[in-house]
Amino acid sequence: MTLKLTNLLGAAAVSVAALSLGAVTASADTIKIGTVLSATGPASFLGDPEMKTLELYVKEINAAGGVDGNEIELVAYDSGVDANQARTFATRLVEEDEVVAVVGGSTTGTTMAMIPVFEEAEIPFISLAGAVVIIDPVKKWVFKTPHTDKMACEKIFEDMQTRGISKVGMISGTGGFGKSMRDQCMAVAGNYDVEIVADETYGAKDSDMTPQLTNIKNTEGLEAVVNPGFGQGPAIVTRNYKQLGIEVPLYQSHGVASKSFIELAGDAAEGVRLPAAALLVADKLPDDDPQKSVVVGYKEKYEGATGEPVSTFGGHAYDGLMMLVEAIKRAGSADPAAIRDEIEKTSGFMGTAGVVNMSADDHLGLDLTAFRMLEVKNGDWTIAE
Amino acid sequence: MAEFLQFAFSGLTVGAVYALVALGFTIIYNASDVVNFAQGEFVMIGGMATVFLTALGVPIPVAVVLAILGAVGVGLLLHRLAIEPARGASSVTLIIITIGASIFLRGLAQVVFDKQFHTLAAFSGDTPIVVGGASILPQSFWVMGGAVVIVVLLWAFFNHTLIGKAVLATSANRLAAKLVGINTGMIMSLAFALSAAIGAVAGVLVTPITLTSYDVGTLLALKGFAAAMLGGMGHPLGAVVGGLVVGLLEAFGAGYLSSDYKDAIAFVVILLTLFVLPTGLFGRASVERV
Repeated sequence: MTLKLTNLLGAAAVSVAALSLGAVTASADTIKIGTVLSATGPASFLGDPEMKTLELYVKEINAAGGVDGNEIELVAYDSGVDANQARTFATRLVEEDEVVAVVGGSTTGTTMAMIPVFEEAEIPFISLAGAVVIIDPVKKWVFKTPHTDKMACEKIFEDMQTRGISKVGMISGTGGFGKSMRDQCMAVAGNYDVEIVADETYGAKDSDMTPQLTNIKNTEGLEAVVNPGFGQGPAIVTRNYKQLGIEVPLYQSHGVASKSFIELAGDAAEGVRLPAAALLVADKLPDDDPQKSVVVGYKEKYEGATGEPVSTFGGHAYDGLMMLVEAIKRAGSADPAAIRDEIEKTSGFMGTAGVVNMSADDHLGLDLTAFRMLEVKNGDWTIAE
Repeated sequence: MAEFLQFAFSGLTVGAVYALVALGFTIIYNASDVVNFAQGEFVMIGGMATVFLTALGVPIPVAVVLAILGAVGVGLLLHRLAIEPARGASSVTLIIITIGASIFLRGLAQVVFDKQFHTLAAFSGDTPIVVGGASILPQSFWVMGGAVVIVVLLWAFFNHTLIGKAVLATSANRLAAKLVGINTGMIMSLAFALSAAIGAVAGVLVTPITLTSYDVGTLLALKGFAAAMLGGMGHPLGAVVGGLVVGLLEAFGAGYLSSDYKDAIAFVVILLTLFVLPTGLFGRASVERV
């Protein structure tokens, strides 16, 4: 009996020692922030710059003394585009890593899979994915930084209205984002007197879209084409578009808002229009633009550190992290509920996506002015308006 | 009519690539009874290596040759390190080994190259050629022409060279081939090298049209496998016909029916072949199924 007790005491002592040891190495005041991103796989062009941005800025914040003297620790997982895996990692962030907030979810699919986990655990979650379903209807613990697909459609149709275009063909990716944006475009088209006259789709890994585009081309009265989707698909659509000699304007979504789109689509990208954040045209913004210092600052830092051209996707991660850090500062504690309340109170925050003004019934906080209509000219983005 | 032609061009271009992947399956299957699911990775290596070598300033023709040699090296290593040690294992085991090799190669490509999509400049410009109201890219002719050249070369190799005949003998009966003095181990290495080279050539030819990335091989292997099944596993002519048929079915399916089901067509082809025509269009009755 005594022997047993000593054993038990010994074990207890060891575990206490282990605990305090762990506490020493991690420092008692570390603020743990989690992220699950699609750093590899077909959506790596989203997750890769996001991951690099988070790592870069967490390091920088810590070097500058952390948040109110507390170090930030980034707990990062790579889910690919696999929603199941994302959910597993989300559970791990909550149960094992005990993070106080999460910035992540590169795609709509992975984000939607993770939301229930964070809602149940009552941990604030700032998503970096595009679809409007993430914040509409508003969920107490969920926020997001990128413009929605619905806004992209509205911006595109607004531009069409000013150009006198009303008959539009659509060719959409079948992934989460493409499908969602297609539905949103269908829903808002009527508000802008736009009629969808053709509706085709393509798979995420398709390498040839000429059959679908041929059908669109042969549609009577066609005046423009919209291509919701991301990844290599829109680049191939753009090339096939040129190949078939379709003359009407081609609109892409903000899903292609990275330099690699122009590289992949080559000459065919000339004249393509898309709604995107100011980040892509940081150098071309007028000096009195209030967003200029933020986007130029991020662009220089990211490009300096990685040697890769900046994309809006990394910008979404920057916005999410900065908004979170400011919320933690204002909350003055690392309590998830307090952080959530402060994120919701974000106002006048200038991010790479635009000015963010959140409220209890708006967990995005961006309006259409945050989008710029861009056009590809001479292999570069230009401001179309 | 223009519409029909457009779909046909699309189908033939894509189909030519499937045919080349299917040929790769066929050659390895014949020599060693292995269905090599890492076949798509040879295509990826051909495209990605050429992209990265040209980015380093290597002239395109040299880069292409180096990329093909690189793929051949990988093919030989695959045979030497993964297939050869498992000699005598069941075909299912061998298939699992090749699937593992495919995953490994994809992972390696992420580290050696990167995770982005890449493209190559088209060999003879991007100006489409209009035929009967349908437009076709010059690169499509490169792809289809390349496929024809490879098929002719293979035919000549198998029928008019001693080594080619030795490959045929090995595929007909390995033991008998060994007894008449054919070095069957060497023949198998040759088969892996040959099909790696064909895959790499396909990768180089098709990259200006379809773009490339570390994971393009997966889907190509599936489509190529469907083509090889349809043609009759182990039959070179069947592989070519099967590839073109799968490509055309996809293009016409996407054009006339619905683009939603395009990728399902390869699966439907595999299933229908198994149900209706287990030996494929040109297959021999003795072919073992997996």
